[in-house]
Amino acid sequence: MMAGDNIEDIEIQLFLEALHRRYHYDFRKYAQASIKRRLVQARTQLGYTSLSAMQEAVLHDETVLPRLLNYLTVQVSEMFRDPSYFRALREKVLPHLATYPSLKVWVAGCSRGEELYSLAILFREEGLYDRTLFYATDINPDALDAAERAVYPLDLIRTYTENHQKSGGRSSLSDYYRAAHGGAIFDKTLRERVVFSDHSLVTDSVFGEMQLVSCRNVLIYFDRDLQDRAIGLFRDSLARKGFLGLGSKESLRFTRHAASFAPFVPAEKIYQRAEA
Amino acid sequence: MNDGGITAVAIGASAGAVQALLHILPPLPASLPVPVLIVVHVPADRGNALVSLFEARCDIVVKEAEDKEPAAPGTVYFAPSDYHLLVERDGTLALSADEPVNYSRPAIDVLLESAADAFGGGLVGIVLTGANHDGAEGLRAVAAAGGIAIVQDPASAMSGAMPAAALARCPDARVETLDGITAFLVNLVPA
Repeated sequence: MMAGDNIEDIEIQLFLEALHRRYHYDFRKYAQASIKRRLVQARTQLGYTSLSAMQEAVLHDETVLPRLLNYLTVQVSEMFRDPSYFRALREKVLPHLATYPSLKVWVAGCSRGEELYSLAILFREEGLYDRTLFYATDINPDALDAAERAVYPLDLIRTYTENHQKSGGRSSLSDYYRAAHGGAIFDKTLRERVVFSDHSLVTDSVFGEMQLVSCRNVLIYFDRDLQDRAIGLFRDSLARKGFLGLGSKESLRFTRHAASFAPFVPAEKIYQRAEA
Repeated sequence: MNDGGITAVAIGASAGAVQALLHILPPLPASLPVPVLIVVHVPADRGNALVSLFEARCDIVVKEAEDKEPAAPGTVYFAPSDYHLLVERDGTLALSADEPVNYSRPAIDVLLESAADAFGGGLVGIVLTGANHDGAEGLRAVAAAGGIAIVQDPASAMSGAMPAAALARCPDARVETLDGITAFLVNLVPA
């Protein structure tokens, strides 16, 4: 690999250090290639000449922070993204969950809530919603607000609807939203049993015993150490025989907690907590 | 041709990609001393048909890139559909679900820019046939990091827009036909 640090590499490290020490947001162990792209994009879009200039701004002006976080964290997703994942939950996992009198589900890194509401609709269709408590967590307050508002662009609804049908949906997605002001506003009864909360997989700890943790396309942004930490948190959060669902290109293969889980639906990256 | 300085090859292709890659990849020997990372624009819901298509026709190992996987010599890695493919400084592969770049996910610019950071002067970046301008910025980054930038001769490409855009952004890039590119890659094997 190339020898020596170039200026931008130095700036990236210093920037992430500054962000951590000033605001306790810790991106230092994020996968570097992606975080660099996001930082460069933020710098360009927010109009700074260098990462050093952006660092000075965010250190001295806290109003810069929320805008910056939206570049560093917010994930664009879809409802029922990868319909086969939700179909596998519906057909293979929920029949197990149906044997429990009460359920807890953690959507870790919920961003703007697309995955959360997909699960809420799935659980409602399968008759489990009323006995389930959902925890939707993220580190970005703006994203959590957006998740709580549950308004999505109307032009995405067609994709969401197709995804929902492919997931084996037993109802029509249109049962759950109304169109207003150019957006699709999802029914507030879908969030009656949702707790939205600021939680970091980097720095925070276990907060409950879950039957299902769904964390999709979050771990790919972490380096291996951080992946290990997050997966350790999921392991410690899961009840005996609880389930963990990851993104379609994520796996437990490269982590040191692999032995704590057994593949349950391997093609969909759904794992089950192994006996201790 | 390889003085030992080449450590990786990164290729981007769009419209006409399969035909162009069918020309380039099957002649590559399993002993190719470098990894070959490839982004092809494919629809998000197409699964990854490229791997099965090419592994049946190639001596070199062909697989879909996995997150955190070390890029090994003698192996072709295709970006999975609907994910960007990047390279970390330690030579491991990384995936991202960040928004599309140039309306594409995977995007060629994302691969080439991160590979330029990771491999610097050891990288060969190649932009093949395509009908858009993805890869132009990335190829410029490859050249700026001291790597070798190659574009498929736009006149000989099934779709000349993408190599032409790359050439406009990176005027010193070598211009080669598919035969020329194939010969260049085969010559990376030490005599």
